Amino acid sequence: MTEPATPLKKTPLNAVHREMGAKMVDFGGWDMPVEYSGVIAEHNAVRRGVGLFDVSHMGEIEISGPQALELTQYVTTNDASKLKFGQAQYSCLLYEHGGFVDDILVHRVSDHVFFLCVNASNQDKDFEHILKTAQAKRFDAMIEDAGPRLAQLAIQGPLATEVLRKLTSSDLAAVKRYHFTDGKVSGAEARIARTGYTGEDGWEIYVEPNEAERLWREILEAGREQGIIACGLGARNTLRMESAMPLYGHEIDATITPWEADLAWIVKLDKGDFQGRDALVKQKEKGITRKLIGFEVTGRGIARDGYEVFQNGAAAGWVTSGGPAPTLNKNIGMCYLPVNEAVPGRAIDVMVRGRAVEAVTVPLPFYKRAR
Amino acid sequence: MYPDNYRYTKEHEWVHVEAGAGTVGITDHAQHELGDIVYVELPKLGAKVEQGKAFAVVESVKAASDIYAPVTGEVIAINEALTNAPETLNADPHVGGWIAKIKLSVPEEVDRLLSPSDYQAYLGAE
Repeated sequence: MTEPATPLKKTPLNAVHREMGAKMVDFGGWDMPVEYSGVIAEHNAVRRGVGLFDVSHMGEIEISGPQALELTQYVTTNDASKLKFGQAQYSCLLYEHGGFVDDILVHRVSDHVFFLCVNASNQDKDFEHILKTAQAKRFDAMIEDAGPRLAQLAIQGPLATEVLRKLTSSDLAAVKRYHFTDGKVSGAEARIARTGYTGEDGWEIYVEPNEAERLWREILEAGREQGIIACGLGARNTLRMESAMPLYGHEIDATITPWEADLAWIVKLDKGDFQGRDALVKQKEKGITRKLIGFEVTGRGIARDGYEVFQNGAAAGWVTSGGPAPTLNKNIGMCYLPVNEAVPGRAIDVMVRGRAVEAVTVPLPFYKRAR
Repeated sequence: MYPDNYRYTKEHEWVHVEAGAGTVGITDHAQHELGDIVYVELPKLGAKVEQGKAFAVVESVKAASDIYAPVTGEVIAINEALTNAPETLNADPHVGGWIAKIKLSVPEEVDRLLSPSDYQAYLGAE
C-alpha cells in the first residue's frame, strides 16, 4: 500500500468503524466504511428493517441574511420560495452553461435561513461557487461552510421511525417526508430530517461532531430489538441505484444538464432568473440529443459504471451506474442513450470486457417502496 | 486456515499441485476483501494460461476483479458449480470454491510461490 499524497479526511466516527471491523475505502478523499457485515445483508436490513449509516462526510452549507431566499433561488433550480419552514426539497446547482455543479437538498429553516446538504466530494467547490455568485451579484447574504461543525447519521428503513422514537421527544409523526424539525436526540441538539438516499422511509440527523460517537452507539443499542445494523457506502450505493437516485460523477456532472438526467421535475423555469436558466431554455427549444434510462441485463454478466453501450453493433452510450440489485435479484444499471432510444423496451448490448451482453431498457426507478 | 500443502501468490490465489496438475482458487483473505461474490467468469476448457496473467474474473456486489493464474499451463477442468453458486467462493474458498485445474507446463514455477507461513507473514505485513 502506498501512502496517499494528501491524508484522507476522517469523520468523527472513524475509530468506531475500525473498532467494529468495517472495511474502509477512500471515497472522494474520505476514509469511509464500505461494509461491515456484507453489502447484501446491509442492503436487505434497510429494505426490510433498519440500518444506520455514518454520512458525516456529506457537506452542509448555510445561507442566511436579508437576501438568503433570493440567493438560494438564484443558485438553485427548484423553487425554494415554495418551501415552508421545516420543509426540504431536492434541487441542484448549475453552471451558466446548464451543467451540474452538484445535486443538493435545500432545507428552509426560517425566513432568512436556508440549510443545504451537498455531496462530500463537492462541498468545497459548491461553497466557492455560491460565494462567488453571491459576491458577483451582490446578494446581501452570509454563506457558511457548516460541514466542520456537523456530523450526520442516517437511520434508514421501514423500522427507522420506531427506533428513533425511543431517543427523542420530538413528534416524529408530525414530520412528513422531506420535512425536518430541530430537537434533541439522546439529549444532543439535532436537526432531524425525514430524508434519505435509500428509497426507504428514514431520517438524516445532523449533530455536533463531539456527539456523533455517543449517538451512534445509542442508536445501535436502541434499535437492537428492530435488528438494526451498521451499514456502509456499498449498501448505500445499491439502495440508491435501485431507487434511481443520481450520484454526482455518474448520472450527473458538469457536462450533463437536468433535461438529459431526467430531472426536469426539479427545474422551475417560471420561478424567475437563476444560474443556468438561459442555457436550459435554449436546450429545451433545440431539444436534447441524449437521455438517462434504466436497463436490466438479460444476458450473463454485470454492467459496471463506464462500460460502453451498443445498439445494432454501433456505440450508442455509456453506463453511468451498474451492478447487482439485491432487492430485485437482477443485474441493473442506468445509461445515457440517444433520446429516441431512451425509452423502455429497447434492446441494447452492454460491452463487458469486450463481450456484448444483452440488456433491455426499463423505466426508472427500478424499485419503489410500498406506501 | 491456509492449507499446508497449498502454495500462494501475493495476488491472493492458491494452487494445490497433485500429479502434474494444479487446482487453483482464491484465498480466504481474497474472498473477505472482495465481499459478497455474485458472479464468476470461468476460463474455457483447453485454454492456455500463463503465470501472473488474468485467467478468470470474480465479481462482488461492488466491483469486478481479475484473478491471475498462479501457474502456467492448460485448463483441464473448471468448477461449473460456481456459475450458479458464486457465493461458494465466500463460504468455502479453499475447497468447494476451486476455480479450475491447470495441467502444469512449467512445474518448477510452483517453487517460487509462497508457502503457507510466508503467505500469512505477507498478509500480516500488507
